[in-house]
Amino acid sequence: MNTPPSVRKPASFGMTNVVFIGRSIRHSLRNAEALIMAIMLPIMLMLLFTYVFGGAIDPGGNYVNYVVPGIILLCAGFGSSSTAVDVAQDMTNGIIDRFRTMPIRSLSVVTGHVVASLARNLVASIVVIGVALLVGFRPSANGIEWLAALGVIILFILTFTWLFAAIGLVTGSPSAASGYGFALLFLPYLSSAFVPTSTMPNWLQGFANHQPITPVIETIRGLLTGTPIQHQGWWAIGWCAVILIFSISWCFIAFRRNAGLR
Amino acid sequence: MPKFAIEVNGLRKRFGDQVVLNGIDLAVMPGTIFALLGPNGAGKTTLIHILSTLINPDVGSARVAGYDVVRDKNEVKKSISLTGQFAAVDEVLTGEENLLMMCKLSGLTTAESRIRTSELLIRFDLAAAAKKRVKTYSGGMRRRLDLAISLVVSRPVLFLDEPTTGLDTISRRALWDNIIQLKEQGITIFLTTQYLEEADQLADSIAVIDQGRVATAGTAVQLKSRLGGEVLELRNGHDELLLVVPTSGKIQDVMLTLNELAHSLPPDTQVSIRKPSMDDVFLALTSKEREESYA
Repeated sequence: MNTPPSVRKPASFGMTNVVFIGRSIRHSLRNAEALIMAIMLPIMLMLLFTYVFGGAIDPGGNYVNYVVPGIILLCAGFGSSSTAVDVAQDMTNGIIDRFRTMPIRSLSVVTGHVVASLARNLVASIVVIGVALLVGFRPSANGIEWLAALGVIILFILTFTWLFAAIGLVTGSPSAASGYGFALLFLPYLSSAFVPTSTMPNWLQGFANHQPITPVIETIRGLLTGTPIQHQGWWAIGWCAVILIFSISWCFIAFRRNAGLR
Repeated sequence: MPKFAIEVNGLRKRFGDQVVLNGIDLAVMPGTIFALLGPNGAGKTTLIHILSTLINPDVGSARVAGYDVVRDKNEVKKSISLTGQFAAVDEVLTGEENLLMMCKLSGLTTAESRIRTSELLIRFDLAAAAKKRVKTYSGGMRRRLDLAISLVVSRPVLFLDEPTTGLDTISRRALWDNIIQLKEQGITIFLTTQYLEEADQLADSIAVIDQGRVATAGTAVQLKSRLGGEVLELRNGHDELLLVVPTSGKIQDVMLTLNELAHSLPPDTQVSIRKPSMDDVFLALTSKEREESYA
């Protein structure tokens, strides 16, 4: 009879995170439908906007340069929304009870999903940019501007992924998480992602100009194509920071409260 | 080692208006199998959740491996392993990946994790399915994997919440053998079950809980003997069970009982006399409340 190893001490915080990140990345890779969807949907939308609507919106054919930042964010928002479903699925499966009764920081199971979502979305963003370049996207950014744009994209992905993770924690079922997550995905359409907000009715402009997506899009657009950024950069970082801090705190509280209810 | 592996005193828990545990007292000796028996909704899972630190009790205290489940949560977590009611395995990963993950989370190095994983895969007859995703596993295979995961490192106390629910007879018996082997290694096992046979076969001691209270506790033999020496089973002409009546088994007692019953039963009623089973214990203890709740 084999005698089980006696434990010196449980896994370190770092190791716990590494294990959970590996788990979530495996989950992402094995959910081929979701992965293909996360990459195909933005590409289809970009082709749709560029070739179908683009001519009407900007007859000069320059619309692709306008729309790429919006597509990147739409793609990131869509990609991170699946985090809500992943987290909710974990919370409804018995496995979370096992993690919680181990001497580890079990919230790392959520961190794992967040990091996997970041990796997934970065890949999708790169694919979107690649396809954009093929269909005529001509960015003017230098190396530093590319890095800055990448930083903003990463910040945006993290912000929304943590927000969706919190939604996944509180909704309690994968289908509910998917429903609530869907509502948030309309935000990019009500921003400067596809058309300048100045073309919208007045009442909608008020919302479109003051919601978080617009400054993020204007910042990325400015960095990549040289349109004026002005104060939008600070608004973008400010919005993301506030939502990020709120979402992470919400995750902590929801995770602890869920534990009490089970 | 403390005197009791698990010690529960005056435990109460309510969710909103619903009282789930209404004053539970228990003690489990180290190295024994303890079965908590009760119908659905009796509070079995809630008690396991409290003992495994998932939720806090409202009133009362509980110690596992000598540590308080509220004050010393982390020490308790280092002493236990929980296998929940629904197989706590990752369906997307393979059996091998599940074990490797749990080994690493338990603090084993990568090399140690590989060795331990292959040992457990062989021991629980999962080596052939090691590289298959758990999604494709049968119920019995999932439960074996579940149990294997509980054993990646040695923990003195193991909680199994309805370990054989939904398994076929062969898988159930195989799992029983696994559980008995664990006991032989000195692990204390606290399991819940709805199956009387399971408690009867496995457990050194049993507590029956119903409506949040311990209705009775003891060994299987003690529980049965409390019902008296013999049980009368009365069936009608179509072999349908009418009544089960505990008696002392003495001739006077049996005759008196039958005389009393003779007026109210159809003339073709068949009588048989047998030793009490765990089912009789269970029904005798819980039937009163059931009748009330069905009324």
